[in-house]
Amino acid sequence: MIEFLLNNERVSLEECDSGISVQQYLRQQHRLTGTKEGCAAGDCGACTIVLGEITTNDNAIAYRSVNSCITLVANLHGKQVLTVEHLAKGNQLHPVQQALVDHHGSQCGFCTPGIVMSMFSLYHTDIQPSREAVNKALSGNLCRCTGYRPIIDATTEVCENRQPDQFNAAEQQTLAILKEIRHKHVDVFANRVHLPDSRQAMAILLAANPSARLVGGSTDLALEATQQLKTLPVLISTQRMQDCRQITISDDTISVGAALPLSYIEAVLVEHFPALHELIERFASLPIRNQATLGGNVANASPIGDMPPVLLALNACIEADNGTTTRIIPASEFFTGYRQTQLIQGEWIKAIHFPRLSPNTHLRAYKVSKRHEDDISAVCAVFAVTIENDVITAIASGFGGVAATPVSCNELAIQLMGKSWQDEHVRKRGQHILMAAFNPIDDVRASASYRKQVLGNLWQRFWFETQSDLLVSTRVPHYA
Amino acid sequence: MRKLIDQPQHQTSDSPLLKSSKHESAVRQVAGNARYVDDIPVPANIAYACVGITQVASGTLSALDLTAVKHAPGVIDVITIDDIPGHTDIGPVFEGDPILLDGEIKFHGQPVFAVLAGTEEQARYAATLATMDIAPASAILTVDQALAVNSTVRPPHAFGQGDAGAALEQAPVTAQGHLSIGGQEHLYLEGQVSLALPEEEDRVMIYTSSQHPSEVQKLVAEVLGVKLHKVTVDMRRMGGGFGGKESQAAQWACLAAVFAMRQRRAVKMRLPRALDMQVTGKRHPFENSYNIGFDSEGNMLGAEITVNGNCGNSPDLSDAIVDRAMFHVDNAYQLGATAITGNRLKTHMVSHTAFRGFGGPQGMIMAELMMDVIARRTGLDPLTVRMQNLYSEAKGLTTPYGMTLEQNILPELISQLANSSQYWQRREEVIAFNRHSPIIKKGLALTPVKFGISFTAKHLNQAGALIHLYTDGSIQVNHGGTEMGQGLHTKIGQIVAHEFGVELDNIEVTATRTDKVPNTSPTAASSGTDLNGKAAQNACLTLKARLAALFADTYQVSADAVTFANGYVSAGEHAVAFADVIQQAYMARISLSATGYYRTPKIFYDREKGSGRPFFYFANGAAVSEVSVDTLTGEYTVDAVDILHDVGTSLNPAIDRGQIEGGFIQGMGWVTTEDLRWDNNGKLISNNLATYKIPAVGDTPAHFNVALFDRPNNEDSIYHSKAVGEPPFMLAISVWCAIKDAVASLADYQQDPDIAVPATPERVLEAITALTENQDA
Repeated sequence: MIEFLLNNERVSLEECDSGISVQQYLRQQHRLTGTKEGCAAGDCGACTIVLGEITTNDNAIAYRSVNSCITLVANLHGKQVLTVEHLAKGNQLHPVQQALVDHHGSQCGFCTPGIVMSMFSLYHTDIQPSREAVNKALSGNLCRCTGYRPIIDATTEVCENRQPDQFNAAEQQTLAILKEIRHKHVDVFANRVHLPDSRQAMAILLAANPSARLVGGSTDLALEATQQLKTLPVLISTQRMQDCRQITISDDTISVGAALPLSYIEAVLVEHFPALHELIERFASLPIRNQATLGGNVANASPIGDMPPVLLALNACIEADNGTTTRIIPASEFFTGYRQTQLIQGEWIKAIHFPRLSPNTHLRAYKVSKRHEDDISAVCAVFAVTIENDVITAIASGFGGVAATPVSCNELAIQLMGKSWQDEHVRKRGQHILMAAFNPIDDVRASASYRKQVLGNLWQRFWFETQSDLLVSTRVPHYA
Repeated sequence: MRKLIDQPQHQTSDSPLLKSSKHESAVRQVAGNARYVDDIPVPANIAYACVGITQVASGTLSALDLTAVKHAPGVIDVITIDDIPGHTDIGPVFEGDPILLDGEIKFHGQPVFAVLAGTEEQARYAATLATMDIAPASAILTVDQALAVNSTVRPPHAFGQGDAGAALEQAPVTAQGHLSIGGQEHLYLEGQVSLALPEEEDRVMIYTSSQHPSEVQKLVAEVLGVKLHKVTVDMRRMGGGFGGKESQAAQWACLAAVFAMRQRRAVKMRLPRALDMQVTGKRHPFENSYNIGFDSEGNMLGAEITVNGNCGNSPDLSDAIVDRAMFHVDNAYQLGATAITGNRLKTHMVSHTAFRGFGGPQGMIMAELMMDVIARRTGLDPLTVRMQNLYSEAKGLTTPYGMTLEQNILPELISQLANSSQYWQRREEVIAFNRHSPIIKKGLALTPVKFGISFTAKHLNQAGALIHLYTDGSIQVNHGGTEMGQGLHTKIGQIVAHEFGVELDNIEVTATRTDKVPNTSPTAASSGTDLNGKAAQNACLTLKARLAALFADTYQVSADAVTFANGYVSAGEHAVAFADVIQQAYMARISLSATGYYRTPKIFYDREKGSGRPFFYFANGAAVSEVSVDTLTGEYTVDAVDILHDVGTSLNPAIDRGQIEGGFIQGMGWVTTEDLRWDNNGKLISNNLATYKIPAVGDTPAHFNVALFDRPNNEDSIYHSKAVGEPPFMLAISVWCAIKDAVASLADYQQDPDIAVPATPERVLEAITALTENQDA
C-alpha cells in the first residue's frame, strides 16, 4: 500500500487497475481530465503535474514538475500530488492561470494544463526568473500554437509579482501530513513495485526476485509499457533508499547518491564543475530531470545518455552495493557493451564519485542536437585536459552518440601528451584523431559522417575556447 | 435589405470589436476543464478501437490470420474491409483512400484491420498480433522514382504569362537550380480521436476532433450505408488541427462508427502518438526546380518553374495543394514571362495532406530562393533585389495565373519594416561582425509574404450560421467553422456582440454541429472568420431587421433610425434595453431565430486557360530574421525577428498577434529542426517526439517584435479584416534565407549556399563544408 496527498485529500492505495502511469490513474480513477496525454513518453509535457515533497532540511515543501505519463503510481508515495484542477480557489484562478489568460497564452489549450503546472512550480521557486530560468522551467512543455512568447511573458510577470498562495498558507499542515506518511511502513504496491528502504531489504528483494528490475525515476523504463506495450516485470524502486540519496563532499571527491534525481544534484555538480552547466540543463527537460536519477542514466548505459561521457572524462567511479559489501568500478571499465555494464546480479549503484579537478584542468562538455532543448545528442563530447606551463600533462575524454557504448578516446592522450597546448598542430592533430577514432552509425538523428566531422570540430572548439590569448566567439548565444 | 453597420472605425465605446478580447475558452483551458473528446464522460459500455498496420510499403496481402488478435485479452470484435456495411472508400475529393487495406498495400503503416476491446491498452496490444502473408513489391518512395515512371495521383497542370522560353533565351543572365523541401508533421498536441455513440436504430452520434464535421458526417453515413440525416457530428474544440484534421480525421470516426453500430455500444478511437504519426499524412514534401533569366541589375525577365509534390498514395487534397504551390511561386514578385508546371506524384507513402499554407509555402520558398540567387550573382543585397522585383505599376501587377493585384501594399509595408527594423544598419553590423568572427557567422534576411485568400475549390467558399435570441437577451451562435485554438469562436462572438450592441458575455458560441448548420466547408484556407463571420453577421442583420421593424412600429420611428449599441436598442429619444426588446418581440410573436449565409464574390478560375481570379484578396506581411551560425557544428540560433503583418482591420489584435507569432514559429520549425525521416523500406523513423523535434520554448527568439500593418482590406470582407491563419507561417522563410546569408558570408556573398529544407545543423554544416572546400579549390 502507498499513501499520498491528492491536493489536500489523503489517499491510501492498495491496488491500481488503471494502467501503470500516474496520468492514467488521475484521468481514470479521479476523472481529473485536465491532465492531458500528448505523447505518453515524457516528450511533450501536456501531462505535467506537480509533486510536493519535503525538502532536505525537513522544514518546507518543494514543488517539482514531472511528466505524469511516465511516472509510476508507486512513486507518489509520501508526496503531494497537484494537478491543474487543484490550483484555483473556487472560482478564482491561481495567479499563474490568470497570467496565462491575461497574456493570451492559450490557443488550442491542450498543452495549457501542463504549462500551468510548470509555471506553478517556477512560481514557488523563483521570484526574479531570468529568460533562461523561464526557458528551463518550460523546457518540457511543447506548445504548437502560440510560439511561446505570451507564455514566456506571463511566466516572467507572474513570478515577479508573486503573492503567497493557498499552498503557502497550508504548507505546515501539508508538511505534517507528509511527515506522518513518511514514518509509515511501506513495502510493496500492487504486488508489483517494491519500495525497500534499507540495504538489507534491497538485497533480500533482489535475491528473491531475480527477474525483477530496479527502477529510479522510471523515465526510461515506463516507455517500455507506454510505447512498446510490454508488461513490466516486478520492479524494485530505489526512491526510498536513503543511503543512495546522499551527497558527500570531501577534500578530493564529490560523491553523489545514485537515486537522486538529476535536478537535485545539479547545483552541487555545477558548483564543482561549472563547465557542466550547459550539458546538465540540456539533459532532457526539467520535468524529466526532476525524476530521472544519475544512477539510472549510468546503469542504463545507453550510448546516447549524456551523463556517462561526463563520468568518463572526469575519471569518476561507480560504487556498486550488494547489501553486504560495496565495490568501486572506474567509469572507464564500467560500460562493457551495448547497454551492458559491470554490475552483476544482486548489485545496485549506490553512488558516483567524482574526483575534484585540478586547477590546471580545462573541462568542457558539449552537446550537439537538432534542437537545443530536450533533444537527444547526435554527439556528446566531454574533454578534460590538464595543462602545466602550456604543456599537456593529461587528457581525459568521454563521448556519446559515436559508438555502441559511451566511450573515451585514449589516442588523444597517447599522441598529444607533452605537447604545447598553444600549438596549432594540437588543434589539427586532435581533430584528425577524433574523426578517425570511432565508427558511428547513420540514424534518424544524424549521419555517421556528420558525427565524425562534428567530433573533430568540437575538439577544435575546445582548443579555441581554452587558449589563454585567443578571444574568439565559439558559440551561438544559447547558454554561452 | 438596408445595410445596418459596416463601419468598424466608428465602433461604439463598449463594442468588443477590434479589441483584444480573451479567447472564449481561455479560463476553462487554464483551469483544466475545457473539454476535449477524450475528456467527455462516456457510457459504461464503452469499448476502444485500434488499427493493425502493414510493415511493408508495397505489395499484396495474400493471407491475413487474425486468430491471435481475436483471442487476445479483452477483444470484442475485429473487422477488415469486408465488414464495412457501406461504401469502403473515404477519399475526400477523389476515390483512392480505402478505409482499411483493400488487397493492394499502398504504404508502410497502412491500416489493415481494426480491433475493438475493453480497454485502450487491450485494443492496442491486440492490434500488434496479426500474421500477414504479404507478397512484397518494389516501392516508389521518392519524387524522382515517381517521375521516372510517371506515377501520379492527378494530371499535371500548367499556366504562365508570355513566352518564358524566349525570355530565358534573350536574358543577359540565367540561373538554374533545384530545391528539396521537406514535409512536416502537424503534431497537434491532441492526437486524432473520435467517439461514436449508437442511437436509435440506424442513427449515430459522433464526437470528433475534426476541422470538417460535415465531411465526417458524409463519410460516416456512406461507410454505414445510411443517409446523411441519420448521422450527427458534434465538434466543440480541437487540441490543434493545422490542416491535419481537415480530411484525415474522418477515418477514425468512420471506424468507431462501424464498431459502434455492429456492437451497439459506445466506441472511442484515439490514436497513440507514434501510430498517429505513421498513419496520417503530413505536409507534402516537394522537389522543385527553376530556370530564370534576369538582367545585370537584378531584374527578373522570365522564369520556368516546376513544382513536384510528393502526394503519397492517394489524391486526398493534393490537387488543390499543388495548385496552391503553383499560385505562390511568384510570391510578391513580377517574374516576367512565366511557365509554371505542377506535378502530383504518387508514391508508396502515407497520403500527404493539408497543412497550414496548403502547398503555398513549398511554392513561395522558390521565389525567395530565386531572389537570393540573383542577389549573389549580381552582388546586390538580397533586399535590394527583392524590392526592385516587387509587383508594381511599372513592373506589372498581373500574376502568372492572370490575376491582377488590386491592393498592392507590399512596397510600402517592406519599406516600413526595413526602417523600423533598421535593416540597413544591421546589414552593416552583420558584415562587420562576420569580418572579425572566424567561427560564428551572422546572417540577416527580409522576406515578404503575399498569400492568396479563398479556397481554390470555388464551391467551398460558402458558409452558414444560426443565431438564437433568448428571452433574457442572451444569444447563442452556431456556425460552420470549427475552433482549433485560432480564436474563431472569439471573433464570431465579437462580431455578433457588436452587431447587437451587447457585451460579449451575452454571447455563447456553441459546438459546431451538423444538425445546426448543414453542408459546411472545412475550417481551412484561413477562411474561418471571413466566411463564417459574414454568415453570422448576415444572420444578425436578419434578426436586427425584424427587431428594428417592431421597434419602429412600437415607437413610431423610422426603422432606418434604429441602432443597436451599449446594450440598448435606440431611435431618437427612445432607448430600450436589449433584453426588453427581445421580450417585446417574443410577446409580439416575432421569430427570434435566424440563419445567415455567405458566399465569397468575384472569384473564378478557368483551369483550361490557367487564368482567372482564384483569390478574393491577398494577405501580406514581411519578416526580418537575424541568425547566428556555428560553422564548426552547423548549429544556429534565431536571435532576432521583426514582423510587420497585414491583417486588414484587426478584429482582435491579441488573437491576430497570436496567429502571427505561432504561425511564424511553426514555419521556423519547418525550415529548421522538423526533419521527417523515412528508412529505405518506406517506414517513418521519426515517428515520435523524441525523434521529431518541433520548436521548444528556447527556440523563441530573444527579440521577437510583431506589429500589425494599419490598412483596412479594400475588399468587402468582414469589417475589412483579412485572414490570418496561414499567411504568417511563410514569414519564417526569412529564417532559412538568413541561415543561407550567414553561410554565404564564408564565400564573400558570391554564392547562394545549397541548403535543403529543413536546414538542420547537419545540412548547414554540409553547406559550409561545400562552400569552404570550393574556396580552397
